Amino acid sequence: MKVENALEIVCQTHPGMVRSHNEDSVACEAAIGLVVLADGMGGYNAGEVASGITVSVLTTEVSQGLLQGSPTLHDQESGDENGVLLLRDNIQRANASIYHAAQSQSQYAGMGTTVVTGLFYDDRVVVAHVGDSRMYRLRGETMKLITQDHSLLREQVECGMLSAEEARLSKNKNLVTRAVGIDAKVEPEIGIYDVQIGDIYLFCSDGLNDMVEDEDIESTMYAMQGNLPLAVEQLIQMANDNGGRDNVSVILVKVKGGFAVPGQWLAKMLNWFKK
Amino acid sequence: MAAKLILSWNGTVIKEYLLNKERMTIGRKSYNDIVIDNLAVSGEHAVVVTIMHDSFLEDTDSTNGLEVNGVPTKKHFLQNNDVIGIGKHKLKYINDHITQTTSADFEKTMVLRGSASSSPSSEGRVDTVKSTTMQNKPMTEEKAEKTGKFDALSAATSVKSAAVAQGGAGKTAVLQILTGSTAGRELELVKSLTTLGKPGFQVAVLTRRPQGFYITHVEGGQFPSVNGRALSNQAHQLNDHDVIELAGVKMEFYFRDGRG
Repeated sequence: MKVENALEIVCQTHPGMVRSHNEDSVACEAAIGLVVLADGMGGYNAGEVASGITVSVLTTEVSQGLLQGSPTLHDQESGDENGVLLLRDNIQRANASIYHAAQSQSQYAGMGTTVVTGLFYDDRVVVAHVGDSRMYRLRGETMKLITQDHSLLREQVECGMLSAEEARLSKNKNLVTRAVGIDAKVEPEIGIYDVQIGDIYLFCSDGLNDMVEDEDIESTMYAMQGNLPLAVEQLIQMANDNGGRDNVSVILVKVKGGFAVPGQWLAKMLNWFKK
Repeated sequence: MAAKLILSWNGTVIKEYLLNKERMTIGRKSYNDIVIDNLAVSGEHAVVVTIMHDSFLEDTDSTNGLEVNGVPTKKHFLQNNDVIGIGKHKLKYINDHITQTTSADFEKTMVLRGSASSSPSSEGRVDTVKSTTMQNKPMTEEKAEKTGKFDALSAATSVKSAAVAQGGAGKTAVLQILTGSTAGRELELVKSLTTLGKPGFQVAVLTRRPQGFYITHVEGGQFPSVNGRALSNQAHQLNDHDVIELAGVKMEFYFRDGRG
């Protein structure tokens, strides 16, 4: 099955109840199985600019890259898969253009963005993220957080300075330790996961997971798995009902069928001969 | 996002000004950012300096002075809803950030630079994006002040516990099953979302919102009905003693007073 037909994707973003404008950007390219979500930050309108650059660089460049070669091909030099490289390289490309814009135009100084992006191919998903935007997976009745925030809070929990409970109550949730566009270089964290039919993947900005308990996100995704547009609306509504202090963006991806790349063994053979 | 000043005269709003510059001047002369064409207003009357989410009002040696909330003042740290009086004109200060110096700064996502990056010293570790914007100006004072704010903030209170508290409202909502094999069973609707039916086949959900309880059809061929009327695709608000019917099972929704 083509990835386009194997996935159901719904994405939505909302400014929330407090902020007057939306610094989040989202994009879903169903044809190539790509979703991108970025939560921008920085003065006046710079946050939108940073998240917008990231989303448009990733969508256009990854589409282009996939036209040139299958995501399952391995790069000779690094040994990484093409799909992984496409996400990593293009996050770095977005980083460079935001960083340069911020350096050259004073109104953009200091702008940056988080990003979480997923590329679905060959019955897998490659997830790359920077900052505290997240991906969760619902499999069966259980939801699991797949990405680890690059945030001060998580680092404090990891080194034992805070308990999980203290972390939940902490005020400075939103201090991220990595962001796109802040420094000349950025290292995205990348993971590759096998997908199963029936899985639902949630990509969200912290406007969702700061306002809504994981347990409530889980029960909503489980109960509403048969109606993704309604599920997305419900998640955003819950964030807003709980105060909606931040922009909230939600992308849901449901795996309806297998999408393995056919003739994989042949490609691997050819690849092997090329070496 | 940016704070603003709303200029009014005798209760009539004249214009809104976004405080999107670090320095906004107020006066009678036309080169001011906020021009108030009235003889009681000096040519250069006052200035509003905005740093991050905080704005400071300062009288620039005006002839007739200014008031904030009816009190004559020279310098003032503006708070949301402050009313600045200049002659008969009023300027109301509105700051969308819930509070300026408390949690609002930390509701925003900010970057904490790692020590590996080019940040100059460990003292500057709490380095917001916006402060980077201002780095090329002499800002030592502001920096120190910001660090002070950060310390004051560490008293932890939960955003979520407040949100949960408002959901209560003193009454417990209950769903009682009226027909079928489980007739008589009661279900307290304490969670924000209660599922009726089985995902993959026939599902409706009951959601608890600040305004009340709603039923929504999620999937399946049959739409639930409330008091004999079939639902549409929209969420439907439930009233006390509504009777819901889903897949042949009737149930009553009601509020139970008090909590034992």
